Amino acid sequence: MSKALTIQSLRKTYKNKLTAVDGIDLEVKEGDFFALLGRNGAGKTTTIGIICGLLNKTSGNVKVFGLDQDDHINEVKRMIGLMPQEFNFNQFEPVEEILINQAGYHGIKRSEARLASEKLLKKMELWDKRKDMVKSLSGGMKRRLMLARALIHNPKILILDEPTAGVDVDIRRSMWDFLTQLNKEGVTIILTTHYLEEAESLCRNIAIMNDGKVIKQTSMKDLLAEIDHQVIVLESKNDIRPDIKSDKFKIEFIDSQSIKVLLDSKTNISEVLVSLQDQGVSIDHVRSAQNRLETLFFYLTDKK
Amino acid sequence: MWIAFKTIVIKEVLRFSRIWVQTVFPPIITTSLYLIIFGGLVGERIGSMEGISYMEFIIPGIILMTVITNSYANTVSSFYLAKFNHSIEELLVSPVPNWVILLGYVSGGVLRGFSVGLGVFLAIYFFIDISVSNLFIAFIIFLLTSTLFSLAGFINAVFANSFDDITIVPTFILMPLTYLGGMFYSIEILPEFWQSISKVNPIFYMIDGFRIGFYGVGSASLIESLMVLLGMITALAMTAYYLLNKGVNIKS
Repeated sequence: MSKALTIQSLRKTYKNKLTAVDGIDLEVKEGDFFALLGRNGAGKTTTIGIICGLLNKTSGNVKVFGLDQDDHINEVKRMIGLMPQEFNFNQFEPVEEILINQAGYHGIKRSEARLASEKLLKKMELWDKRKDMVKSLSGGMKRRLMLARALIHNPKILILDEPTAGVDVDIRRSMWDFLTQLNKEGVTIILTTHYLEEAESLCRNIAIMNDGKVIKQTSMKDLLAEIDHQVIVLESKNDIRPDIKSDKFKIEFIDSQSIKVLLDSKTNISEVLVSLQDQGVSIDHVRSAQNRLETLFFYLTDKK
Repeated sequence: MWIAFKTIVIKEVLRFSRIWVQTVFPPIITTSLYLIIFGGLVGERIGSMEGISYMEFIIPGIILMTVITNSYANTVSSFYLAKFNHSIEELLVSPVPNWVILLGYVSGGVLRGFSVGLGVFLAIYFFIDISVSNLFIAFIIFLLTSTLFSLAGFINAVFANSFDDITIVPTFILMPLTYLGGMFYSIEILPEFWQSISKVNPIFYMIDGFRIGFYGVGSASLIESLMVLLGMITALAMTAYYLLNKGVNIKS
């Protein structure tokens, strides 16, 4: 499988001397669903800005499907669709015009652009709003419009910078389905998100950035396998005896009817439940205390 | 590239057409007032200037003033707003060469200048039976002037960091230069020293050239007017293109 994106020794130092991207190397395979994670200020948006031509790099090399960005900037731009983090519309332009104009910038005729925008607006459930000014749309609608705009020229790589920020659960789920389908159709997707469960659900490979550096790049499966413990919450309808104990796992009381259990990779949940039952505790509800990826993310990016 | 250029131009035309009450209509009202007050009421007492009635004398200047202010206003406000709301990123992530972006915005400014200029001309037609001596010369001077001030507006927008920055140049530089560029008077009535000063003002050559197109009379030669216009357009186009390529105030 060919490489959709290759970044070598990429560095970006702003005029105020802040080095936002500090010599990173990154590879994304064609057809991948790739997560680029990091805390605020880690350098994700700067990296994306350089890939898309919004920012000038200080040094390094970016290749898209083997084409060097420095020598083939327009070809590279044709292959990329960007959904940025912040709304970047002219708020006084009608919804449909936004898409038709974007298609025009990519050299698509107005008649073809109308058809493409109709298709995308219907998919994004924005067709009824096509004549409305962007300013009248809700936050979720604006996000979907940005996604439609990023796709209007059928890019080979779709870059999504916080695509579901401020979007309600229903729309977020339908966007996940839409993106999964798009990826199945062959579009390489690069995603940054603060919702780590989103990255865990959607992405096959992952890179974690911290202080402008890539501190981890691996497959999601391998990364999650590194997690050697998990935290679960057990809830009972009755009060749990305060003197319960175990040699195999640690117990912490949340309140009189719920406990948090920390267990290592050698212990499974059924052993915990049996042990508690032996001590006269009946458990009615079991849930994960936190997202697995989140646990690892905090561990890897913890500055301490 | 042609499609991208056409898209920018259509977007610009739709933008100023949507707000025609702010963009096209006010200059027509202002012009009519100028004609009634200066041309009609005051002009009758002044008599003639350069061999034509005062009312006729001020018409080219008035039309060109609206062309200058509207061409400038269109590019400066449109490009600055695109920077302000980050919609400029729509162009930056697209395979549109910088010269196409520049040409598109400048064409938008020229078309607004033309729309408003034509509207003003038609309004004037209500007051006075006007005939243009050489339509070709008048059109060339209009086209070059409009291009020049669209480019100037674009450069202003590149450097502007606030809404104040896009009003300073039109208010404190353009308007005085237009009024002092022989819009309401022939520089021949000025003392020699002030005539020399007036000839440093580039807008004088534009108004004068436009007047030559209208009536075949002017204080300078048509060649001088064309040279000034072409020289300034070349300088500003190169500057604007350089700024865009460098990404000044657009790309970090």
